[in-house]
Amino acid sequence: MWNPVIGLEIHVQLKTNSKIFSSASTDFGAKQNTQACAIDLGMPGVLPVLNEEAVVMAIKFGLAIGADISNNSIFARKNYFYPDLPKGYQISQYEIPIVSGGSIDIVIDDKIKTINITRAHLEEDAGKSIHDLYPNESAIDLNRAGTPLIEIVSEPEMQSAKEAVQYLKNIHSLVRYLNISDGNMQEGSFRCDANISLMKNGDKKLGTRAEIKNINSFKFVENAINYEIERQSILLDEGDKVIQETRLYDPVKNETRSMRSKEEANDYRYFPDPDLLPVEIDNNLITSIKKEMPELPNAKKERFIKQYKLNEYDIGILTADRELSEYFENTLSQTKLNPKSTANWIITEVLALAKKSNLSVQNYPVSHEDLKTLLLNVHDETISSKQAKEIFDRMWNNSEKPTDIINNEGLKQISDVDELNKIVDNIIKNNYKSVEEYQSGKEKLFGFFVGQVMKETKGMGNPKIINEILKGKLKK
Amino acid sequence: MDKDTIIKIADLAKIEIKQDQINDIVSSLEKILNLVDEMNSINTDNVKPMAHPLNLKQELRKDKVLEINNRDLFQKDNKYTDNGYYKVPKIID
Amino acid sequence: MHNKTVSELKNDLEKKEVSSLELTQHFIDRVKKYDCKLNSFITLTEEHALNQAKKIDQEISKGEFRPLGGIPLAQKDIFCTKNIKTTCGSKMLENFISPYDATVVEKLNEAGMIIIGKTNMDEFAMGSSNETSYFGDVKNPWNTDYVPGGSSGGSAACVAARLSPCSTGTDTGGSIRQPASLTGICGIKPTYGRVSRYGMIAFASSLDQAGIFTRTAEDCALMLSYISGYDPKDSTSSRKNVPNYVKDIKQKFTGLKIGIPSEFLDGLDDNVKNVFEENIKILEKNGCSFKPINLKSSKLGVSAYQVVAPAECSSNLSRFDGVRFGYRADGVKDIEELYKKSRSHGFGAEVKRRILIGTYALSAGYYDAYYLKAQKIRQIISSEFAAAFKDVDLILGPTAPDCAFKLGEKTNDPIAMYLSDVFTVSTNLAGLPAMSIPMGFKNKLPLGLQIIGNHFDESKILSLANHFQQLTDWHTMQPNITRE
Repeated sequence: MWNPVIGLEIHVQLKTNSKIFSSASTDFGAKQNTQACAIDLGMPGVLPVLNEEAVVMAIKFGLAIGADISNNSIFARKNYFYPDLPKGYQISQYEIPIVSGGSIDIVIDDKIKTINITRAHLEEDAGKSIHDLYPNESAIDLNRAGTPLIEIVSEPEMQSAKEAVQYLKNIHSLVRYLNISDGNMQEGSFRCDANISLMKNGDKKLGTRAEIKNINSFKFVENAINYEIERQSILLDEGDKVIQETRLYDPVKNETRSMRSKEEANDYRYFPDPDLLPVEIDNNLITSIKKEMPELPNAKKERFIKQYKLNEYDIGILTADRELSEYFENTLSQTKLNPKSTANWIITEVLALAKKSNLSVQNYPVSHEDLKTLLLNVHDETISSKQAKEIFDRMWNNSEKPTDIINNEGLKQISDVDELNKIVDNIIKNNYKSVEEYQSGKEKLFGFFVGQVMKETKGMGNPKIINEILKGKLKK
Repeated sequence: MDKDTIIKIADLAKIEIKQDQINDIVSSLEKILNLVDEMNSINTDNVKPMAHPLNLKQELRKDKVLEINNRDLFQKDNKYTDNGYYKVPKIID
Repeated sequence: MHNKTVSELKNDLEKKEVSSLELTQHFIDRVKKYDCKLNSFITLTEEHALNQAKKIDQEISKGEFRPLGGIPLAQKDIFCTKNIKTTCGSKMLENFISPYDATVVEKLNEAGMIIIGKTNMDEFAMGSSNETSYFGDVKNPWNTDYVPGGSSGGSAACVAARLSPCSTGTDTGGSIRQPASLTGICGIKPTYGRVSRYGMIAFASSLDQAGIFTRTAEDCALMLSYISGYDPKDSTSSRKNVPNYVKDIKQKFTGLKIGIPSEFLDGLDDNVKNVFEENIKILEKNGCSFKPINLKSSKLGVSAYQVVAPAECSSNLSRFDGVRFGYRADGVKDIEELYKKSRSHGFGAEVKRRILIGTYALSAGYYDAYYLKAQKIRQIISSEFAAAFKDVDLILGPTAPDCAFKLGEKTNDPIAMYLSDVFTVSTNLAGLPAMSIPMGFKNKLPLGLQIIGNHFDESKILSLANHFQQLTDWHTMQPNITRE
């Protein structure tokens, strides 16, 4: 039998305002080549100047995974020709990356597994080649050229697609916690290459690996890896060899295929970029960055357990996404609301609608203030939780305000004891026969009286109070 | 340096070499390599390689957007552009 | 008028004894009249120049003086200039117009200088004779059968021939000093990082440095102070303050300790050696003390240089792929052919040779033996200089092993060509400032004296050169062409 050995290289676009080596904007979606300046175009005579913020963001990531931060890392040139690589080389890091070592914990079947990270280095992104715009030509858009990236290289320590995806999700959540990337996979600001090989049971030696390039969704990563494991084991079972090559995942056919064009003996001729000097990072900078570090996923989980006494499952969901955990805590803050029921509300009601309309927390139509108001009304029994759900639907879909809905439509429960007493008295007066039967032991008639009161209150009576009054008044 | 090497190198450098030029090129490059090989006349173990003449540290730029759209200027003299795109022969991956 | 120095012209302009327009017209007329013999210019910018001159004259009439206002200047065609072609001596950039000015260009424009044209050069600055230019050979004004040296051959020839009072150059392995030596003028290559490289088309980024050609050390000092200084656009430029070179070189000049590397004299041509030693005597009489020193590894300079420079250029020139700017081959069937045809037709033989050598030196399996080895030799050479400068102020030697050679004499022998930089490359490897000034003649062809200083010691170099020029008149000698 074969054991998969999987390593990931994750490319994360950093959310700086300007590019890593030029002052052009990094905004996504601008018109083609309107954000490619002379430096991004590799015009003759231009020179790169390093963006401070990109360095700071890389350091933040390094600190978050407990890695070493090099105090003089080196930029190198990776030389190859491609139309969306304007200079004919990519400025990257080779011998001394800014971040080395560190690790990430993932939870698989309730067991914690540590995935070690080899290195994370700074580099510039390439532009885009568009192949379907013209019949016989490819179109080049260099807006993306020069966008800062960190490439995060893991050790080959994952043994299933499930583990790989979990690791990927944890990194994704981490970079968003750190606020160093928007992690938007559709827009390509978070993409990954997967290295997959198979190793015989009990074997020590790694098998030949295939690299699947540029996968940009969790689902695709899972499918691509599973497909590749399948493909390789069939080859090996039949005594064939796996060839070391770059492959492309095709989501439509759900298969990987060889990219022969990339196979022409790659010799990148790395050498230190003479236009850039060693990047000196002194400890003062590192300590000042440490001060700005936000609370990270694991710390937050710990805190939620202590502070809110929530179970692993709830915490897992609430802390997976920084914005969601903040939505939860903001809803809860300075109220007598119960954490558990608030968590349930968010996990069942809010996430349900969010999933349906597939909106991320930033775009929820219901603010945490409005949710807070709604839940407080349930808490003090102004409305029933059944009503609350209906109201929340309207808040979400027609962005109405909870108090408006409750007031305008008299959705308030009648909890006024005197008012209810009067109603109950009338009902007893007009149904003395039933009262006698009840008092003579026909207790199932109690429901009938409740029904009568509800009828009178058009269903708005507070059932709890009604029960108490009836019990009292029906006694002999 | 032999024919196969020079063909591989020329391909990496995207320089076209005609068959009838190969011998001349190989021999002229070999002359240069002989000159270069004089470096081996001294031992350089435990010498730190020097990449920059001065040991300065990298200056960092503040993260500000200062560039404006100059696409028309950059593409002015390039007739292989269309609708703001640079055009190249179709690439098949 | 064309025999006046930059400093003299500055004076005349400020005293309104001559207008910038007259001056500019005069030099442009000389270019039109004589450059057919020399081919030192690729582009003559007459209209631009005359308009600028009028503008400066108006300023002067209003009493607004720029430091070098109204003085004509020739820019090496390696510096990017807005609205003026920048070819770098190559078919690849035959029609290239840069969207921006190089920092050096910007600074000299700001100082009020008038660009009268862009000068001829070896293609992408790769050459020592100006015979690799796509725009034809440049001829030596002292004898047009001979080369002016390179790569800044046009910039040197036009100043020697008094077609311009000054010019800019770049020096990667001797490209300012060697042509200055071969054409009998002054050329200074400052410390690496003293002058911004922004907008100067890169040959070998860790060696390239911009500099100045003039006929006197005083003029070099004057112009150097306006192009020097930190540039936020060039990470490798230095934040060190720029001294007042003009003031510094006039200070009292006593007891300079000067080293002479025996390696520079061993096996040197007798004529050159004699001329050199005559001049040493003059300086000795005038308060300089000399001592022999050793730069044992400097003889390996050319070998290390022939790895480092090509390696960096092979990468720097990858951007010339026919896609965004520059020469593009027509009717190609695929991207591979677009690259190969554009680059093979756009680049000349020497450039291609260096790209191939550089690619080889960086390629898998050869990196350590060539590139890394060269970087280590570089370390050794520069530490030998550092040791020498512990007990000498300056180092002197001949700039080139010999006077100018005949056109075509070395075109088929790259090694012989490379060896004409044997005395100049080591200073680039070490990033040191150095200057060449006229020191005499061999067969009616000029010879240059090289003065090498420690990092950022330009003032010392210029001061020795200036005082030498008070004691000698080699710098006043003129080729016949200037008397016509």
